[in-house]
Amino acid sequence: MTALVTPRNTLVAVLLFLLALLPVYCSVTGNYFLMSLFTRILILGMAAVSLNLIMGFGGMVSFGHAVYLGIGGYAVGILAKEGINSGFVQWPVALLASGLFALGVGALCLRTRGVYFIMITLAFAQMIYYVASGLDRYGGDDGLTIYKRSQFFDPINLSNKTFFYYLCFVLLLACVYLVWRLVHSRFGMVIQGARSNERRMRAIGFPTYRYKLTCFVISGVMCGLAGVLLANHTDFINPSIMFWTRSGDLIVMAVLGGMGTVFGPVIGAIALLVLEEALPVLIGGASQLLTGHEVQGAREYWQLILGPMLLLIVLFARGGIDGLLTRPPREVKGHG
Amino acid sequence: MLYLIEQCLNGIQLGMLLFLLAAGLTLIFGIMDLVNLAHGSLYMLGAYFAATFAAVTGSFVLGAILALVATLIVGMALEVIAIRRLYGRDHLDHVLGTFGLLLFFNEAVRLIWGPGGLTLPLPSQMLTAVQVLPGVFYPLYRVVIILATLAVALLLYVLVMRTRVGMLIRAGASNREMVGALGVNIKLLYTLVFGLGAALAGFAGLMQAPILTVQIGMGENILILAFVVIIIGGIGSIRGAFVAAIIVGLIDTIGRAFLPDLVRNFVSYSAGSSLGPSLSSMIIYMLMAAVLVFRPEGLFPAASK
Amino acid sequence: MADALLAIEGLTKRFGGVIASDNVGLDVSKGELHAIIGPNGAGKTTLIGQLCGEIVPNAGRIHFDGRDITALPVHDRSLLGLARSFQITSLFPHFTALENVALAVQAHAGHSFRFWRPARTESELREPARMALDRVGLTHRANTMLSSMSHGEHRQLELAIALASKPRMLLLDEPMAGLGPDESARMVKTLRELKRELTILLIEHDMEAVFALADRITVLVYGRVIASGSPAEIRANAEVRQAYLGEQEIAHG
Repeated sequence: MTALVTPRNTLVAVLLFLLALLPVYCSVTGNYFLMSLFTRILILGMAAVSLNLIMGFGGMVSFGHAVYLGIGGYAVGILAKEGINSGFVQWPVALLASGLFALGVGALCLRTRGVYFIMITLAFAQMIYYVASGLDRYGGDDGLTIYKRSQFFDPINLSNKTFFYYLCFVLLLACVYLVWRLVHSRFGMVIQGARSNERRMRAIGFPTYRYKLTCFVISGVMCGLAGVLLANHTDFINPSIMFWTRSGDLIVMAVLGGMGTVFGPVIGAIALLVLEEALPVLIGGASQLLTGHEVQGAREYWQLILGPMLLLIVLFARGGIDGLLTRPPREVKGHG
Repeated sequence: MLYLIEQCLNGIQLGMLLFLLAAGLTLIFGIMDLVNLAHGSLYMLGAYFAATFAAVTGSFVLGAILALVATLIVGMALEVIAIRRLYGRDHLDHVLGTFGLLLFFNEAVRLIWGPGGLTLPLPSQMLTAVQVLPGVFYPLYRVVIILATLAVALLLYVLVMRTRVGMLIRAGASNREMVGALGVNIKLLYTLVFGLGAALAGFAGLMQAPILTVQIGMGENILILAFVVIIIGGIGSIRGAFVAAIIVGLIDTIGRAFLPDLVRNFVSYSAGSSLGPSLSSMIIYMLMAAVLVFRPEGLFPAASK
Repeated sequence: MADALLAIEGLTKRFGGVIASDNVGLDVSKGELHAIIGPNGAGKTTLIGQLCGEIVPNAGRIHFDGRDITALPVHDRSLLGLARSFQITSLFPHFTALENVALAVQAHAGHSFRFWRPARTESELREPARMALDRVGLTHRANTMLSSMSHGEHRQLELAIALASKPRMLLLDEPMAGLGPDESARMVKTLRELKRELTILLIEHDMEAVFALADRITVLVYGRVIASGSPAEIRANAEVRQAYLGEQEIAHG
């Protein structure tokens, strides 16, 4: 392929390095807030990576992907409420539930395309959101507290925040690697080909539907895993994680980081959540500098900037951060 | 029985509001091929403008008129500044771009009006009930909503079917390039259509404000229902939007009214209270899924492109 | 016909009030190059659409190698050995020329539920792809992205992709579309070579090519077959001349 040491690859390497060392930094400075923030980033990054598998590589824009965060999370929460705290039961159930839901929903949704696909995935996610809101026994709208994290055997202690951080880190890397292999395999070729020109794929002999459905299921299961981790991280699960605007957040992460690569969404997740924390501080600091006194509420209007920024990215920087860092391959002008 | 009639009327009234939203959405999608997630924001702005102007002028009607104008202006400005750059792009680009606008408007409203939400009180003359059928009394304001929306629907029908602008709109819905080739000022047409859609959304927002809500993010729930309506009705079809809106409004309202009791009979009291509303939402989504699978062009498809 | 690889009978397709295919019947013998000509709007594209499975006919049957494929889905027809090229180039823009063709090879190389090994390293896919590129003369462009290739090279690639699936019969939809004289000549030469090993159904506007290559010609006008026979018969047919060939330059000799 092309050169290994590129600006983009350097960024990825640096990020991985910093992520690996973060807990060390936290224990030295005592700033555990950062570790909590980055655990969340790792988990949502996993969700975004799973979404990008179907979206960036498969061309299937799902506006209901956050539903798997909810399914995974509620599997853990519901089982915990019923007294089953063993991770050996919770996690497989969560993944199975995610997979089955993806299978059922995908089988229907994949018969549509374009904006209809977007809307129908959104609709199914909303359905589950309403179902979860209606489950009184499991908290309904208010959500469900999880008093004990998933239990495994002894050295594995999810309540240990550092351990949990590294668990999420390792699982994220595993997911990224899995997606990377998937995308370059024969299966990945079919998925990418179907995104590129589905009509031609069928004409040359691929029954594209079954491959897309399989991809959809894999993506759902991976996001379900992210949901399991999220529920453990926050010790809480509520229906709002499945509301369609949360799916929008995941799409934003993938687009912001770059839909064309496997690691792009992780960059997007980092960028988005870090900006969300840092920008208000910067604005607050800047306005303080400019006006000489503290400007109330400057911290809260982050989305005022995110909104237009998103539009600008769509219009001018469609390849996301990845795209900005990657010089396009030398194009040979072939046309007369 | 009385209760059923009342709920049917409520369902129709909800359907009317949905129609206002859906009509704008379907026009914009049918003609400009644009998926507009910020449509709910215009609905929200209509409500906020109305509450503010009504408070300032002391008159509900004046407030409503000013709010309509303001929403129309915001809509057209939005089209010129941001929306028109999205035409012709991938639907994902539309979704992302307008999602960004949605976030922006939520925050802008929070910045200007604060996080608390507003109220828009009904003028005192509206606080009565009228007899719509022998023995059936229904709040006057809700009747006004139904009648006002029917009037708007009629106006829309006349506009689209009987005027030159309407003809351009219909032509644009079935064949965009042709209309451009005819030398019509497409840019202006698009701005006007978007403005019309915005005004319809704003009208819906301000109409429901006294009886429902004026708060940040209020558009997000109903926007999805509006999309469901246009998919069931057929994208680009106003008639389809009308019929589908009534169907969805009725299902949602009657579902919420009767399903809890139904569930209570079979399961338990608390399950009824919580599952009931969920089920009626589920039915609507399943209806949409069924339409997408069996009749994807909708119940009343507009002429094909 | 005993020898017919492809047999079409009574094929009819209506779109609303328009009859795009009106009781079309023809057959293509094994090893034959059968050309279909006709003015624009004659229903040639609709015919190919029905042969490939993208369009479902209202009536009629299509038999391929004795088997009724009228209701068979698109991808299954390809797997049976019926390969198609597109009139308007339909390729995979994000891949190189070699990768484009390798996809076609992959479709016929067993199932693709293989999730681990990088497909780009599989010689089982790359070698046949290279061979197909050689057939059409695109060897030197194997690793070029589509965006850097000319229209003529795209048309060649179209053909390569159809060939890569090792078909028994080719359905070629205007392979000369948009080609200059040199490129056309090269395409004719390629088709003449392919004729020796494959059965071909060729839809074309380029009369020179048609009369140079075809064993038999069928003429479609307004969805109906108005004549079918050898090139000489078609050239002599009065009805055909009136309907179509009158405005076209006919290659002599």
